[in-house]
Amino acid sequence: MNIHEYQAKQLLKGYGAPVAEGVAIMKAGEAEAAARSLPGPLYVVKSQIHAGGRGKGKFKELGPDAKGGVRLAKSVEDVVRNVNEMLGNTLVTAQTGDAGKQVNRLYIEDGADIDRELYLSLLVDRSVGRVAFMVSTEGGMDIEAVAHDTPEKIHTIAIDPEAGVTAADVARINEALELAGEAAKDGEKLFPILYKAFVEKDMSLLEVNPLIVMTNGRLRVLDAKMSFDGNALFRHDDVKELRDETEEDAKEIEASKWDLAYVALDGNIGCMVNGAGLAMATMDIIKLYGKEPANFCDVGGGAGKEKVAAAFKIITADPKVEGILVNIFGGIMKCDVIAEGVVAAVQEVGLKVPLVVRLEGTNVELGKKILNESGLAITAADDLDDAAKKIVAAVNG
Amino acid sequence: MSILINKNTKVLVQGLTGKTGTFHTEQALAYHGTQMVGGIHPKKGGETWTGSKGESLPIFASVAEGKEKTGADASVVYVPPAGAAAAIIEAIEAEIPLIVCITEGIPVMDMVKVKAKLDKSKSRLIGPNCPGLVTPDECKIGIMPGSIFRKGSVGVVSRSGTLTYEAVFQTTNEGLGQTTAVGIGGDPVKGTEFIDILEMFLADDETKSIIMIGEIGGSAEEDAAQFLRDEAKRGRSKPMAGFIAGRTAPPGRTMGHAGAVISGGKGGAEDKIAAMEAAGIRVSPSPARLGKTLVEAIKG
Repeated sequence: MNIHEYQAKQLLKGYGAPVAEGVAIMKAGEAEAAARSLPGPLYVVKSQIHAGGRGKGKFKELGPDAKGGVRLAKSVEDVVRNVNEMLGNTLVTAQTGDAGKQVNRLYIEDGADIDRELYLSLLVDRSVGRVAFMVSTEGGMDIEAVAHDTPEKIHTIAIDPEAGVTAADVARINEALELAGEAAKDGEKLFPILYKAFVEKDMSLLEVNPLIVMTNGRLRVLDAKMSFDGNALFRHDDVKELRDETEEDAKEIEASKWDLAYVALDGNIGCMVNGAGLAMATMDIIKLYGKEPANFCDVGGGAGKEKVAAAFKIITADPKVEGILVNIFGGIMKCDVIAEGVVAAVQEVGLKVPLVVRLEGTNVELGKKILNESGLAITAADDLDDAAKKIVAAVNG
Repeated sequence: MSILINKNTKVLVQGLTGKTGTFHTEQALAYHGTQMVGGIHPKKGGETWTGSKGESLPIFASVAEGKEKTGADASVVYVPPAGAAAAIIEAIEAEIPLIVCITEGIPVMDMVKVKAKLDKSKSRLIGPNCPGLVTPDECKIGIMPGSIFRKGSVGVVSRSGTLTYEAVFQTTNEGLGQTTAVGIGGDPVKGTEFIDILEMFLADDETKSIIMIGEIGGSAEEDAAQFLRDEAKRGRSKPMAGFIAGRTAPPGRTMGHAGAVISGGKGGAEDKIAAMEAAGIRVSPSPARLGKTLVEAIKG
């Protein structure tokens, strides 16, 4: 789960991290009061969407020469002028896709005098199974480009979970970021704070890009991107409240209510599969036979009939879907449960597109019997290859 | 030979009394008499578990007690996500040699804690978020459907449960059969990686060929490919077929498995496929042709 920059900064502020003063607004009328509450005379107006590349992004509704999604303002009036231009419009960035994202929230922040821009992130380093700091002196730019062009400029410092962030870890981070004096002292406080926040809130990513050294020699968190481990949300009601559903696909929200792993895609063959690997492989094989999947959908292992029916309804409700492939290799999941769920869903919402079902594994004979006796127009398939060929042929007519 | 488990393996069940634990324990008992020796429940110690066909197993209050009274050398964890890490740690502290965690959805930070304890322990953990492992006709730990297995010569290792079944089913249909199939799990932080299992398969005389199934996210497949190249230079290699799931997955989206995400430009399928092919693995473009691809690899 992702949250907005301003929410991430408020969370970090609560832990004692140095962030600028700022006010989030959802209505243009709030802009002037928000700006007046800040010290000035320099302000930054930042689009709050769940995608990066905002500064270089372009608003669809504005001309090509209009400024991007993050703007400097030098007076309260300037803030208001920019808010009026940005709020409600659609920002297209390198990460949003061509459709862009509507900017419904803006964050008005006190400006800073920047001396150096650094990169710092925390993530779980799989290779060692530990939380690690990833830092670079090359801040403020696309870190993927830095990693590609100059990998030696990225330093990874993994943290022993039983010791936490030690003085030696802090010294290594300070050295990697070339911090000295006041900035290094700020680092001694900031790095353990960030680690604590990351661990306590079960984050999966905390990216500060850039972390800045100001002209007064002090550190400040200038931008913050935060993602949380969806599997740990059960113990963080405060984090769950930060969810902004307008940033998410409606089908994915419905799927998440049923605890389904569902990702909306651009193709036109809907898939319902058990197991994440098989679900990905099903997408891949559809592509191999020349079509594109409309979604990733893993109904999981312990799904009951109702959950299967819910998944089937979400897939059929997608207007792009011209055919559906159900691919089940039962282990925990029993084939008869899948069959009952599919039959129940089709009886409720009807079936307007071709449906190919491939069943294998636990209770496969019972599952096939239920489908056969349902009288529905279901094409049975012997294996995954056969299933993919049949659904692609059916959709191609 | 097989790897990790055989007909002598004695298995405790953590989370036996739940619906999932009960169903799969019945299946395991029915699978060539896998030696399920007891269940663990802190409040039901001394009681007896009864399956739907009248099977029964003793319940112990702790893993340590269960191990002492049964001589168990393995434990399978079906405990729900919030308590699963504590269950694994209990098994580590009881010095169970092989711990298999089936549970999906354990918070990553919990697994970071488990990993720290595991690294200092005598235990091996398979999973979490995995289907378990099977040595055909001898022992079944976890949730794989027993009917698709056949005793034979292929070692199967996979990050995905259902794709493990595909590989097993297809090698059975090709008449090759399996020595042992191991699902290492789809989480980003896990107990056992490809390299660990590949080392065991290379060392096992009865394993004549290997199927390795990876997916997007992380760099475990690249690490495994490097390991295989290094071993081949030392003269150790076996015919291998492989598959990588997620060629069509968009970057930045988690595809079901917590570990299946392309992030920061890393973990994409094409890099993994290239690394595996460079290590001499025949990578099948279709998950439906794993068995046939392996047969081709064996013919050379």
